[in-house]
Amino acid sequence: MKLRLFLFIFIFFPKFNYAAESTVDPNLIHKNLRCLVCQGQSISDSNSDFAQTIKLVVKDLIDEGKTEEEIYAFMSDKYGDWIVFKPQFNVQNSLLWILPYIFLILGGFFIFSFLKIKKR
Amino acid sequence: MQKIIKIIILLIFLFVIGIFYISLTRDTNYNTSGLVNKDTPTFKIISFDESNFYTRDDLKKNNFTLINFWASWCAPCKIEHPILMKLSKSKNLMILGINFKDKNIHAKTFLNELGNPYDLLAKDTNGKQSVRFGVYGIPESILINKDLMILQKFVGPLSFDDYTNIIKIIE
Repeated sequence: MKLRLFLFIFIFFPKFNYAAESTVDPNLIHKNLRCLVCQGQSISDSNSDFAQTIKLVVKDLIDEGKTEEEIYAFMSDKYGDWIVFKPQFNVQNSLLWILPYIFLILGGFFIFSFLKIKKR
Repeated sequence: MQKIIKIIILLIFLFVIGIFYISLTRDTNYNTSGLVNKDTPTFKIISFDESNFYTRDDLKKNNFTLINFWASWCAPCKIEHPILMKLSKSKNLMILGINFKDKNIHAKTFLNELGNPYDLLAKDTNGKQSVRFGVYGIPESILINKDLMILQKFVGPLSFDDYTNIIKIIE
């Protein structure tokens, strides 16, 4: 039972694996922020004026002691969820986050049922 | 059992079609209209002559304030300038001009040639303050009321329609 619980947490909540790493990496944030004036580039990939400004603001927010999630929340508040490549969990996009798990469970159920019928 | 599977497959198919339909028909043009009806962000911006700082409190002095982000190197800013000059005649409206990533000498020449419509003039040399207002390109203008609530956000140069719209709101 304990092993199952451990595997469940390990698979579904991979963030627990990184609990020890709490420092904020600006490059990681730049990669997850969209350059709004570029064609499909991240802030990290772009040398545009907008990207340079966002990099400065991200640096300031890190210096203020903001966490990665707080920085994404700040940017989403100013420019909308579109600026973050990996959207935050909220009511509007909850289906997007939950559906893969529902499909996984349904898929497992179908495979289980299919094998059971075949055995008979 | 097979009937249930068929129904579920049909439901998944309809769901996927529905998602495609919604995604393909919605307006994907990016805008920052999400800021409308929100509170004006806190800011502290240096005045153009570097003599003092402007904050949210300075925006409470008039019934309405238009915050305009501009620069001398920005061609569309020249296009909207006559509209700003007309708006500056309205007593109910204060205009805060924020000179964006510009050189002082060029900005001064710009205002000397085309006129100065701004009641307050500030500068954002590195663009960091503009991020607080969700600005991603200039010109952009934000209309706020005395309660510091954002009423309208104009991305791009102000048009004559925008002018009539602003006048309608402030009068």
